Amino acid sequence: MSVLVYTESEKGKFKKAAFEVVSYAKAIADKMGSDVTAIAINANAPESLGNYGASKVLNVSDSSLDVFNAKKYAAAIETAAKKENASVVVIGSSADSRYLAPLLAVGLEAGYVSNVVDTPSNLSPFTVKRTAFTNKAFANTEIHTDIKIVGLSNNSFGLVETGGSATVEDFSPAIPDSGVRVESVDKATDKVTIADAEVVVSGGRGLKGPENWGLIEDLAEVLGAATACSKPVSDLGWRPHSEHVGQTGKPVASNLYIAIGISGAIQHLAGINSSKVKVVINTDPEAPFFKAADYGIVGDAFEVVPKLTEKLRTFKAQNA
Amino acid sequence: MKILVCISHVPDTTSKINFTDNDSKFDTNGVQYVINPNDEFGLTRAMWFKEKQGASVDVVNVGGAETEPTLRKALAIGADAAIRVNTEATDGYAVAKQLAKVVKDGGYDLVIAGRESIDYNGGMVPGMLASMTGANFVTNCIALDIEGTNAKAVREIDGGKETVSTSLPLVIGGQKGLVEESDLRIPNMRGIMMARKKPLTVLEPVDAKAETKAVSFEKPAPKGAVKLVDADNIDELVNLLHNEAKVI
Repeated sequence: MSVLVYTESEKGKFKKAAFEVVSYAKAIADKMGSDVTAIAINANAPESLGNYGASKVLNVSDSSLDVFNAKKYAAAIETAAKKENASVVVIGSSADSRYLAPLLAVGLEAGYVSNVVDTPSNLSPFTVKRTAFTNKAFANTEIHTDIKIVGLSNNSFGLVETGGSATVEDFSPAIPDSGVRVESVDKATDKVTIADAEVVVSGGRGLKGPENWGLIEDLAEVLGAATACSKPVSDLGWRPHSEHVGQTGKPVASNLYIAIGISGAIQHLAGINSSKVKVVINTDPEAPFFKAADYGIVGDAFEVVPKLTEKLRTFKAQNA
Repeated sequence: MKILVCISHVPDTTSKINFTDNDSKFDTNGVQYVINPNDEFGLTRAMWFKEKQGASVDVVNVGGAETEPTLRKALAIGADAAIRVNTEATDGYAVAKQLAKVVKDGGYDLVIAGRESIDYNGGMVPGMLASMTGANFVTNCIALDIEGTNAKAVREIDGGKETVSTSLPLVIGGQKGLVEESDLRIPNMRGIMMARKKPLTVLEPVDAKAETKAVSFEKPAPKGAVKLVDADNIDELVNLLHNEAKVI
């Protein structure tokens, strides 16, 4: 009866979300009076997970897993869950984790709940709170199977350092063949992704054209933020689909979301509602976004944003 | 090629979300239902295969009779036949179980579902269905081409995309990008008339017990009023973000 957590890494380096899911798994394990075992795949420094509450790390080193494959990764995690007799499996909410989760759920005959935002309110029946209706509501959801899979929403729990240490155990699960082969990956390696970002700077039609996106990019750079856009902007082809946030785009759960020239259609607000602090900059004081935001500036983005970027640059330099 | 498109019947994206019965049930009062947007992109791509490469396109929904207008809309867009599995869609697992039976019995080569529904956002039905039927699986799919039994798909990943090669039988979790918004079709009068005559088969469910249950719902706490900062006093915004919100 332990808690197993899958910790994601990128090119060997743990993602921040990996430390968050371990912190979260530790909170569940404490409630259950149990321990946390992590599984890490081709990651450097697996023992570092001890600092967030893992007591053991199953360390997989397998070159056939260098490129993510949902079926292969799900099989590795499934084998680990069975070996550890895990009753709860915690995963994150990256595109990859969401891809493998349903395969893992069928393999383990486990009930799976995604978009979870809190520790279980009850262990029997096992009950977790998740977002539903694209962040317009929360659903308290029971899982009735022996093994439970919890998909934690990014930035919803935070990191908790325990100062503990973990034993590292080499683990070599059998990896099945997969009928899906990755031919090429097209990814900007120097940019923060929307899923991983603590701060997201997002632009709407108020920016008037793709040639003005330097405003957004400059502000994002100062903040170490990811860039995003509203649906009309992606539909007009000003920005790629992958930056579209909202109900039919990507969900955002950052600590800070800055919306520039975005009026705030209900579908957009739904997608970004999980962000903790929202700032809006818009010329129209009647824009619906002002009702959803924490802080707002009524003003012209072309004047306000460069000033804000400079002020933040100075602030960051002073507080570095 | 036999294609099955899974259609989820969901509240329109502009719907106000409310709950009844002590916050245990979604309040359907005054709610307009539509084809789940992620499914509609898939349906439109399926129509492209039908018209350009030759394929039959069936649509399926797991739900009560109230979902039939949504299936009829899919028929009006151009699907050949519709199937409704006559049971409440209790959770993603139970829905995937019902769909797996339809897929196996129908011998479908390609199943396209939305990557997630916009109501419960579980994002698990396509993957579970693939796993249960032993099909290959690609989700967050933003491009799909089929040549014989070989498929090439593009998956959106965090911060980019990857191109994969795979083969039929295949389950796709689709989304915008599979076709563009401007490619979506509004049913015309002829389509609507034809849809009335197309077969809509009602199947009785197989035994499938839900693994999860949403026992109660909450709405986010109402927000305080926005704090407006003067456009000439941006230092104040930096100060608030640092000292009050503590996010920078």
